[in-house]
Amino acid sequence: MNDILRQLDRGQLVQKLSGAIAVPVIAVATALLAGAAFIAAIGQSPVVVYGILLRGTFGNFYGLGQVLFKATPLIFTGLSVALAFKAGLFNIGAEGQLYIGAFAVAWVGFTFSGVPGFLLVPLCILAGALGGALWGFIPGYLKARFGTHEVINTIMLNFIAMALTGYLVTYVYFVPETVHTQRIAAQAQIPRLEEFWPVFRGSPVNLSLFLALGAAVAVYLFLWKTKFGFELRATGSNPSAAEYGGISVGSAVITAMTLSGALSGLVGVDFVMGYKHYYEGGFSSGIGFMGIAVALLGRNHPLGVVLAALLFGALSYGGLVVNAIVPKELVDILQAIVILVVIAGTNVFGKLVLSLKKKSLG
Amino acid sequence: MDWMIALTFISQTIRISVPYTLAAIGGTFSERGGVVNIALEGILLNGAFTCVLATYYTGNPWVGVLAAMLGGLATALIHAVVTVTFKAEQIVSGLAINILAMGATRFLLKVIFGSSSNSDRIVGLPEWKIPLLKDIPVIETIFSSPLILATLVVIVASQFLLFKSVFGLRLRSVGEHPEAAESLGVNVSGMRYAGVALSGVLAGLGGAWLAMDQHSFTDGMSSGRGYIALAAMIVGKWNPLGAAGACLMFGAAESLQMQLQGRNVPTQFIQMIPYLATIVVLAGLIGRSIPPAADGVPYEKEKP
Repeated sequence: MNDILRQLDRGQLVQKLSGAIAVPVIAVATALLAGAAFIAAIGQSPVVVYGILLRGTFGNFYGLGQVLFKATPLIFTGLSVALAFKAGLFNIGAEGQLYIGAFAVAWVGFTFSGVPGFLLVPLCILAGALGGALWGFIPGYLKARFGTHEVINTIMLNFIAMALTGYLVTYVYFVPETVHTQRIAAQAQIPRLEEFWPVFRGSPVNLSLFLALGAAVAVYLFLWKTKFGFELRATGSNPSAAEYGGISVGSAVITAMTLSGALSGLVGVDFVMGYKHYYEGGFSSGIGFMGIAVALLGRNHPLGVVLAALLFGALSYGGLVVNAIVPKELVDILQAIVILVVIAGTNVFGKLVLSLKKKSLG
Repeated sequence: MDWMIALTFISQTIRISVPYTLAAIGGTFSERGGVVNIALEGILLNGAFTCVLATYYTGNPWVGVLAAMLGGLATALIHAVVTVTFKAEQIVSGLAINILAMGATRFLLKVIFGSSSNSDRIVGLPEWKIPLLKDIPVIETIFSSPLILATLVVIVASQFLLFKSVFGLRLRSVGEHPEAAESLGVNVSGMRYAGVALSGVLAGLGGAWLAMDQHSFTDGMSSGRGYIALAAMIVGKWNPLGAAGACLMFGAAESLQMQLQGRNVPTQFIQMIPYLATIVVLAGLIGRSIPPAADGVPYEKEKP
C-alpha cells in the first residue's frame, strides 16, 4: 500500500509544488489589487494606504510585536484546521474549540490558585488542550460512529460552545458588572516578550508565540515522521485504500479531530495566560474561521501555516493602523478574496499544469 | 391574561420564523441541486443591506424588497461561480462569502452612513388592514404583513416546485446522481446554478424581512440566522414543508427564550436547542435525515 501511496504522490508532485507557491501568490496579489480598487473607490490612494500599512506593521518593533501577537492564535487555529484537512476532515469548529479551551485554561488558573507556578502553568496549558480536544472529539466520534458529516456538527458545536461558555460566564463564574471571570493566579500568567526584549515595549506578544511555533514543529513531526501521522494522511488521501491497507479509519478520524481540537484549545493559553489573564465572552472575533484561511493559504503545511498566519496577522493589525483612513473591514474583504481565489485557483491551476504536462509528454 | 400571553407568543413565533423559513427553503433548493450552501448567513446579511440601501435612496420599501432579492441573488451567484464553474470546495466558498458579506457590509456602513453600528432609519412596508381579518389575533399578524404572506406562498410553491414539477425533478436528479442526469440530457451546471440562484433570492428576501422589521441595518444583523436556517433544513430533511416546520419549532424556542428574559432563567440552554436537535437528527437518533447523494460533490464532466 505504501507503493500505491507513493505513486499517487509522485503523480501529483509537480502539480502540488507549483500550486504550493503560485496559487497563494496569485491569491494574495488578487486580493491586494481588489483591495486597491476598494481604497480608490472611497477616494484614497492605494499606494499611500498600503505604504502606511507596511510601515506600521513591519516598519518598527512595536508594530512587529503587534503582528506577532495577532499571528499567534492564528498559528494555533491554522494548524488545527490543517491537521484535520490532512486526515480528509474539515474542522469548522475551531471557534467553539477555542472558547471551551480558553474557558478551561481560566478555570484551572483561578480555581487552583494555591498551586505553584511550575505546576500550574503546564496544568493550565493541558486544560486548554483538553477542553479543545473534547470539543473536537465529539464530531470525530459522531463521524466515526454514525457517519454524520463533521462540517455540520462542528458548526453546531460552535454555537453550543458559545452558549455554554456564555452561561458559565454569566451565571456561574463571573465578576459582577463584567462579562469576564476572575483573574487567574499570578503564577499562572506567562510573560510578554517585552520583559526579555524591551524593543517590543507595549506589544502584547507573549511567550505563547513559542508554544505556537513549537506546536508547528510538533505537527510536522507527527504528520510526517510517525506511523500515526502516516495513517492520518493515508486516511485523508484515500480512505478506502487506507481501510484496505489495514488502517482503522474510524480511530484515525477520531484522533485527528481530537488533536485538531486540542490545537485550537491552545488559543486560550495565548489569550488567557499571556494577554487578558481572565476569560472573557466573545473574545475570539472569528480567529477560528480565520484559521481556515490560514490553513488554505499555507497549503496545510506547518511552515506554510506559520507564514500565512504572519501575513494575516500583519493584515489584521495593519487594518487597525489604517483604520482612520480606510475602514479596517477592508481586511475581512481581502481575506475572503484570498480564500475564494485559493480554492478556485487550486482547481484551475492544477488542471492547467496537468494539461501542459500532457502536451509536453506528447 | 394568559390567553394574551399565548397569542403574543404565537405571533412572535411566526414573525421570528420568517427569515429562518425563507433561508432554509433557499438552502433546500441549493442542496437538492447538490450545492452545500453555508453562505446563507452572508446572503441574509447582504439582502438586508441592499434592502436598506435601496429603500434609503428611493424612499420606496418595495424597491428595497426587490433590491434585497437581487442582492441575495448576486451573493449566491458568487457562490455558484466559485463552486459550480470552478468546482471549488463548497463549504470553504460559503464561509469565505460569509466573511466577505460581513466585511463588505461593515465597510460600506462606515463609508455610506458614517457609523460602525447602524444605518439611518428607513421606511418600512405598509401594514395591510384587511377588514374583518384585522380584528382576529394571530390571523391579523399573518395578513397584515406582505412578507409573511409571501413566505406562506413560498412554502407551498416550493413544495410543489420541488416535488411536482419537471424543474424539481431535474434539480433533484442533479443533486442525487449528476452523471445519470447528464446522460438524460439535463444540464447539470445550469440546474445547479438555478438551485443556488433560488437560494439567493429567497434568503435575500429573508434579509429584507430583517431590515424591514427593524427599519434599519445594524452591523452583523443576521447574527447566526443563516446557520439556524441550515439546521432547520437538515431537521426538515431537505424538504420545504419540513424546513418550515423546523423553523417554526426553532422560532418558538427563541420566542420562549425572549419571554423568559429578565427572569433569571439561563436562556443559553434554550439557545442550544436548534443546534442540539440538528446533531441528534443527523446522528439518526430520532429518524434518519439523509442529504442528497451528490450534495457537496463538485461535478466533473470529463472523468479521466
